[in-house]
Amino acid sequence: MDFKLTEEQQMLQETAERLVRDAYTFTKREHASKSEAGFSTEFWKQLGELGLTAIPFPEELGGFGGSGIENMLIMQELGKGICLEPFMESVILAGGLITQLGSEAQKEELLAGIASGELQAAVALDELHSHYDLSHVTTTATQQGSDWVLNGRKGVVIGGHTAGKILVSARNAGDTCDQQGISLFIVDPNSAGVTRRTYATVDGRKGCELFLDNAKGELLGTAGGAYDAISYQAGRAIAALCAEAVGAMRVLCDITLDYLKTRKQFGVVIGKFQVLQHRMVDMVSALERATSMAILAACLADDEDSAERSAKLSAAKFMVNRAARYVAEESIQLHGGIAMTWEYSGAHYAKRLVMISHQLGDDDHHLEAYAAQLSA
Amino acid sequence: MDIHFTPEQLAFRDEVREFLKQELPADIAAKVKLGKHMAKEDHERWQKILSAKGWYAPGWPVEHGGTDWGPVEKHIFDEESAAYGAPRLVPFGVNMVAPVIIKFGSEEQKRHYLPRILSGEDWWCQGYSEPGAGSDLASLKTRAVRDGDHYIVNGQKTWTTLGQHANWIFCLVRTDPEAQQQRGISFLLIDMATPGITVRPIYTLDGDHEVNEVFFDDVKVPVENLVGEENKGWTCAKYLLTHERTGLAGIGASKAAMRHLKRVATKQQKNGKPLIEDTLFRTQIAEVEMELMAAEMSTLRIVAAASEGGVPGAESSILKVQGTEIRQAITNLLRKALGPYALPFLPEELDYEYDGDVLLEDYSPALASSYFNMRKLSIFGGSNEIQKNIVSKMILEL
Repeated sequence: MDFKLTEEQQMLQETAERLVRDAYTFTKREHASKSEAGFSTEFWKQLGELGLTAIPFPEELGGFGGSGIENMLIMQELGKGICLEPFMESVILAGGLITQLGSEAQKEELLAGIASGELQAAVALDELHSHYDLSHVTTTATQQGSDWVLNGRKGVVIGGHTAGKILVSARNAGDTCDQQGISLFIVDPNSAGVTRRTYATVDGRKGCELFLDNAKGELLGTAGGAYDAISYQAGRAIAALCAEAVGAMRVLCDITLDYLKTRKQFGVVIGKFQVLQHRMVDMVSALERATSMAILAACLADDEDSAERSAKLSAAKFMVNRAARYVAEESIQLHGGIAMTWEYSGAHYAKRLVMISHQLGDDDHHLEAYAAQLSA
Repeated sequence: MDIHFTPEQLAFRDEVREFLKQELPADIAAKVKLGKHMAKEDHERWQKILSAKGWYAPGWPVEHGGTDWGPVEKHIFDEESAAYGAPRLVPFGVNMVAPVIIKFGSEEQKRHYLPRILSGEDWWCQGYSEPGAGSDLASLKTRAVRDGDHYIVNGQKTWTTLGQHANWIFCLVRTDPEAQQQRGISFLLIDMATPGITVRPIYTLDGDHEVNEVFFDDVKVPVENLVGEENKGWTCAKYLLTHERTGLAGIGASKAAMRHLKRVATKQQKNGKPLIEDTLFRTQIAEVEMELMAAEMSTLRIVAAASEGGVPGAESSILKVQGTEIRQAITNLLRKALGPYALPFLPEELDYEYDGDVLLEDYSPALASSYFNMRKLSIFGGSNEIQKNIVSKMILEL
């Protein structure tokens, strides 16, 4: 048992920390958020130049062979800056799916680009009524000669509006919620039959709806057998989101604590009031719990697939979602009116923290998943 | 970073498991698991077994009869002991007064008291709280006035756990009434057989006799029973409280209680099915189990930091709050699992020797009582609100 970082991991953490601190001021974030891409293409390039986008990939594919721990370290720092870039979506989730399912040719074609940052990919798993259930797939895939043709609508594809490639889950067999019969396809968003409606998200990012009308898709992995890989890679992405939330919570706790020490009312700094002190302690306790669970998730993320791994990742996301919402709401309340303004950076941390629970499962979803597997 | 135990630590765990399997008396384990009454003799029997193995006082330095275990080994030992149903050690001698004597006591005191604790000859109790000094411990009023070679002690202590079994009590007493609160306090060891001491039982809300009031009426205590310097007792008290707090998260006990909850929920029924298959109840178990998982990870982080030489500070306060809330949540579910059968109050069935008809199950009579009894967890050892004050001051610097 050991919770220390290796020297390399410490260096990685410092690199990511420095990069975020230098490149990501509140004003720059605002600017990037309102740009067409919805994130900083310049910062994305820097992530690639410094090799951060290559961290999780196997060495033979041009990566650094990083594990869940390395992903955690990067995501925490990105969370501290509430960075807008689709790192989890492109590098961890899309990259992970291609690494796990792709043919040699597909890996060769796509992974070098994702690892260098030149190719930004997105993943389209959610649908109108899927409500976090990754097996709920109504989008259809039918084979026409050697081509696969996709029809349907995929929802809330973060980074999908700028992506060079989108990985789409579609059903070639079975009923709506069957795990069997789900396939994964590489879709070129600029090809015929693909339309996108781009929108901003509440937490300052951008995403799109993806409409597929006889669109062509290139099969990734075997037809009908993609669910296990989707579920496994979603687990890695969950661990990454947990780490991002911990980074954002840490900063939001710091901001709030700082405010308690400077804001004066009734002639004293408000941090002198015991009722606020205890609420601040409760926020820090929530952060500690979330940190513990994010570490647990990171340590398990790259383990072999098992019921235990899935259950513990659900537990992590559940605990982190709860803590994230708690810290977000409490930080606003402890600040009072100022946290209600767009100009206040804390408000944007609060928004991201709540929205993290809307990616890959909220607390109800993971509570249900954990309870279902409960062993006597 | 690695959340798994090393092969050496796993081997140690196996050794502990083997010992518990061989040596822990079945009747004692059954009493613990079913929440039956523990006799003084049960505690003494288990203590002797541990002493014979050299595992009664793992936290002491080796030269006094302790072990060379690190924080991880101690954690494993506590976890496994709880899992096998070993009784929680009565801490007042071995884990409370002993560390204070080892840290602040004279050579003479170490030579005299420590072997008697190890052998079980002395049973210690704690004289801290008073009717007017609970969370505000430093406002205590019990007076000790120097008179030649003695202190004359007058006053009253309360909440004295298992004081009815004790032959020694360690007390915080006021030796300088003029000094500011913490400054005029001293740490005294008092023989319970001294004339002028009266012990009266306090029956708690579950009907149990666990705590007592202790009255001191002109009690003569030899000056050599002072630990550390006169008026410096608060230093001992603070040292002891940090020692106390680290074990208060009770993760091992909560894990054992969680297993018990699942057993009970498998036997109890609702809608013709085991309660554990009821979605609502099952979800509540799941929620607490995930909280417990987080608390266990936090404990392991503190334990690992301690093995690197870190001193567990105020983060153990966070863990005390979290751990006690989890334990209380489990006892809440255990009580709810009984449905209307939480109502019958059957203290006679809590007696392990009881051989009459059992109204419901062997586990049932303890559950509602234990739920009420466990409300104490968030009050003692520094109430959870006091813990939050500590975090606020020490970590957040508010």
